Amino acid sequence: LVFTEEDKYNRYSSLLFKYFLAEGVVCGHDLFVASAKEHPEKILKELPAPLLDDTCRNELGEAATSVKSEDFQDSMKIAWRYQNLPKIEASPTTSTKFGHYYDVSKTMSPELFQSIKWHSFYLHEESSLQSKMKSCNMNSGYARLLHSIQKIIYQEGFDGSDPQKKQKNILRIGIQSLGSVLWGEDICSSDTPEDIHSLTKFLYVLRGLLRKSLSACIITVPAHLIQNKAIMERVTNLSDTVVGLESFIGSERETNPLYKDYHGLVHVRQIPRLNSLICDVSDTKDLAFRLKRKLFTIERLHLPPDLSDTVSRASKQDLAESAKLLSSGCGAMAIGKKHLDF
Amino acid sequence: QGKFTLLRDTRTDGSFLVHHFLSFYLRAGCKVCFVALLQSFSHYNVVAQKLGVSLTAAKERGQLVFLEGLKSCLDLMFGEEEEQPGQPSPLQFISESASSLKALFDFVRTSLTAEGSDSWKSPVLLVDDLGVLLSLGAGPVAVLDFIHYCRVAVCSQLRGNIVVLVHSNEDSEDEENELVVNSMCHHSDLILWVEGLATGFCKDVHGQIKIIQRLSLELTGEQDRVQIYQYKIQDKNVTFFARGLSAAVL
Repeated sequence: LVFTEEDKYNRYSSLLFKYFLAEGVVCGHDLFVASAKEHPEKILKELPAPLLDDTCRNELGEAATSVKSEDFQDSMKIAWRYQNLPKIEASPTTSTKFGHYYDVSKTMSPELFQSIKWHSFYLHEESSLQSKMKSCNMNSGYARLLHSIQKIIYQEGFDGSDPQKKQKNILRIGIQSLGSVLWGEDICSSDTPEDIHSLTKFLYVLRGLLRKSLSACIITVPAHLIQNKAIMERVTNLSDTVVGLESFIGSERETNPLYKDYHGLVHVRQIPRLNSLICDVSDTKDLAFRLKRKLFTIERLHLPPDLSDTVSRASKQDLAESAKLLSSGCGAMAIGKKHLDF
Repeated sequence: QGKFTLLRDTRTDGSFLVHHFLSFYLRAGCKVCFVALLQSFSHYNVVAQKLGVSLTAAKERGQLVFLEGLKSCLDLMFGEEEEQPGQPSPLQFISESASSLKALFDFVRTSLTAEGSDSWKSPVLLVDDLGVLLSLGAGPVAVLDFIHYCRVAVCSQLRGNIVVLVHSNEDSEDEENELVVNSMCHHSDLILWVEGLATGFCKDVHGQIKIIQRLSLELTGEQDRVQIYQYKIQDKNVTFFARGLSAAVL
């Protein structure tokens, strides 16, 4: 269960959402798209087109090799101790191909789309809760969505209940803007919402459904609108992976020279610890994203070297705090504003 | 015997302790009732096998009673109407407006006092984790009542042990959770408090564990005994060492 906190204007998180669905189309998985905001058909029409293998590989390959050849030529003179450290790669991997790459400037062709089966749930077009369906005291929109998902899982055999279905396919579920006012919830609009348990109950039942079947789910939530932070803590506990996208649009960081190459930060708040005692923690925690004309990339946050003579206090403070935020990995986080003095 | 152990984690995941206690008590031959609210059975089974215990075998021979919260909740939500009148679902409080965890408590008590329980050593109740009950709509008072009833039944009457996992954060805004955690801290005999390092993420030291033995509860005038170690989790094992003496440093 991948839980994504939306950025303020929902520009980048909807991109991530579409990537997830597009990957499903390319891999031949079934899709289930639910939304209360846009009609799922419209979302599906806007999926990015996959890049053909050769062209994209060449592009990325060229970029990587050009960087490498430059570096090799200068051997370090002053900081020679660092010479022995492995080269830090800006974008993690590239040697093993995992997944596909997409061209954001083009939309996916309809032929590619027709080969897969997709189901949709648009809240405002769905019938109201039937008397047979239980809601467990949950918001009726959520209850309807759960029943719809469960029906698809059961009918299409994703939960293995039908032994005759031989092909084992995966259902990719995408739920957009859960928890927003459009679902009939008031956690985004008021400080003391009436029913604070609907969202968490929904996630718990969804988690049960996902564990029982061959499916994966991505949810985007306008976390910045939720006033009650207790809900966010509980929700984090109930999800497997939690990723927050913080875009620089409209914030003071947009003009901060430290971040000039990037469009926003990626906060990985939690990664799944399934079927083992430990989780696979990557080396880097500072991730930032940028949207180029064709590609949306997530890279390590590279800070430009601090070359100015007079270092302004404000930017140093900001940097230290953002470094602390960025260093929160599997929950290990520096406390408050204490600096380490050397 | 008759001890209440609280597993508490802050800024990190303390579930490795749950896996440890599960395999520990099963190997010791105790009858275990495991209320697993957060993960599926197969997850615990896979990890337990790495630690050398088979949960399926334990279930078959009656040593382990496993309540898979996720599955029960699904049955409650999508199951058909025919509920046997004598056996309400243990997680019934989710669909009722009056949040009382009595059905859950009855489940725990009947599973630990069932016939054939005498063939095992003292009973153990394991809960992972308690905060999920709050997320599902139970009030903090109901949760505390449930724990209290369990203590009376398991620790006092049956001379068994209870191990419960809770999460807490320093500046948490979840007041209900903090209320439950603080209250349980006061009533526990042993607290294992797992925290992420204050200095941030480290590859070789995953966190520190504080072991607090509540000797002050025994009214002998002694203070609580606190020990602090750091740990690193590996695939099948967790290594503990004194602070600052991680293998990477030595």
